[in-house]
Amino acid sequence: MRSLLALCLAAMPAVAEVPPDRARALEHMVLQDCGSCHGLTMKGGLGRPLTPDALAHAEPGGLALIILDGIPGTAMPPWRPLLTEDEALWIASYLKSKD
Amino acid sequence: MRPLILSLLLLAAPAFGQTATGDLGLVIERATGSLVLIDRSDRAAVGRIEGLGDLSHATMTYSPDERFAYVFGRDGGLTKVDLLTQTIAARTVQAGNSIGGAISDDGRLVAVSNYEPGGVKVFDADTLALVADIPAAGKTIGLVDVPGRRFAWAVWDTGEVFLSDFSSPDPVVTMIGNAGKNPFDAVLTDDAHTFLVGLFGEKGVTAFDLWTPDTPPQKFLTDYGKTGEDMPVYKMPHLQSWAFTEGQYALPAVGRHEILWVDRISQTQTATTPVHGQPVFIIAQPASPYVWVNFATPLNDVVQVVDSRSHEVVATLTPGKAILHMEFAPRGAEVWISSRDDNKVLIYDTKTREKVGEIAAESPSGIFFTARAHQTGL
Repeated sequence: MRSLLALCLAAMPAVAEVPPDRARALEHMVLQDCGSCHGLTMKGGLGRPLTPDALAHAEPGGLALIILDGIPGTAMPPWRPLLTEDEALWIASYLKSKD
Repeated sequence: MRPLILSLLLLAAPAFGQTATGDLGLVIERATGSLVLIDRSDRAAVGRIEGLGDLSHATMTYSPDERFAYVFGRDGGLTKVDLLTQTIAARTVQAGNSIGGAISDDGRLVAVSNYEPGGVKVFDADTLALVADIPAAGKTIGLVDVPGRRFAWAVWDTGEVFLSDFSSPDPVVTMIGNAGKNPFDAVLTDDAHTFLVGLFGEKGVTAFDLWTPDTPPQKFLTDYGKTGEDMPVYKMPHLQSWAFTEGQYALPAVGRHEILWVDRISQTQTATTPVHGQPVFIIAQPASPYVWVNFATPLNDVVQVVDSRSHEVVATLTPGKAILHMEFAPRGAEVWISSRDDNKVLIYDTKTREKVGEIAAESPSGIFFTARAHQTGL
């Protein structure tokens, strides 16, 4: 897992550039679609809690990779067909900084 | 005392004493923790009840007199809502995270299915006082009421299926078998004969015979879609309104753009209908050969109608953005459809399949008419 994290940290830029319109759409998607499993307040459901506290020790790059490729053997699907790498990284940073 | 209470209630809700609840319903506004009270006959919103917490994935059930709704919130909140006064009659935050619930056939007990901590809690329907706390080894799913003051459910993490009996003062909880890997939801057939448990961690559906609970469970649909690659599942299908029609079950294919038709007696697959996306709800239009289907994101702006005789799609509608739920008038004349991202509930005539009305609602999800009070397994 550690080496996987290192890999994606190397592969991904630290800050994701996403146009404001798209950022609004992503915010809506996190709330509504991620919220289906993780809860609208991100306190968890079928999926784990995704509050800033719960993600305090997670690297944005690692989170982005989980968003893009999912977690095999669980209900977390790969979102790569619907998101770019920048967008996944934006979501990861957004989750970590959300109120 | 009585005149005082009555006059107080009259102040709170002018229509009290004149309003019947048989054609009312509630719409969940998932992002704002509120409910819209709707009048089916008037095709109108007649009130709003606020303060229900996190209502993502919320569901509800009704008291036998159709006066009270029991709303099960994501945040573990169980809220009893009075439709006449449009107020919260009682509320308890009974767990950290919950997923649904049911009311016993006699209307005396309300059971809640919890994720965190996993288990089932049972409450007195009048007072919401705790009656029983049944822990589980994981997240409980698919909770239904079973005639005879009983409830059934399954456990996502272990696959275990339980039947509990509250007909005597000392409740009896029995493990009736293992459904398989990661059951995601379950449903009771309309005759309360079969408890069908859908699996996510492996292919298949497992059937438990509740008329003769000693019968070993039967697994079917174990190899659907063998020839193709499954797609990512962006939203779990819901089974609560699984369609039973024309002697068949109409089931969602997990990870595929298909409805699977299964003969109810032999439990063998009889047909496959290719559809627009991954089905979320497949609901039978009452007193008709048709089932209506909505789909998982990102293909969730379409509703399709399928004929259960030919298994053909006979209509494709685009009612709005992010269609989350459909609720039929009890005799099937209308279907009410929630469009989350248009902030509307759309009303369709099922004969013409044309829109006949709409009401405003903030991020609407589930729609629940009071007629559900009299349906077993809801």
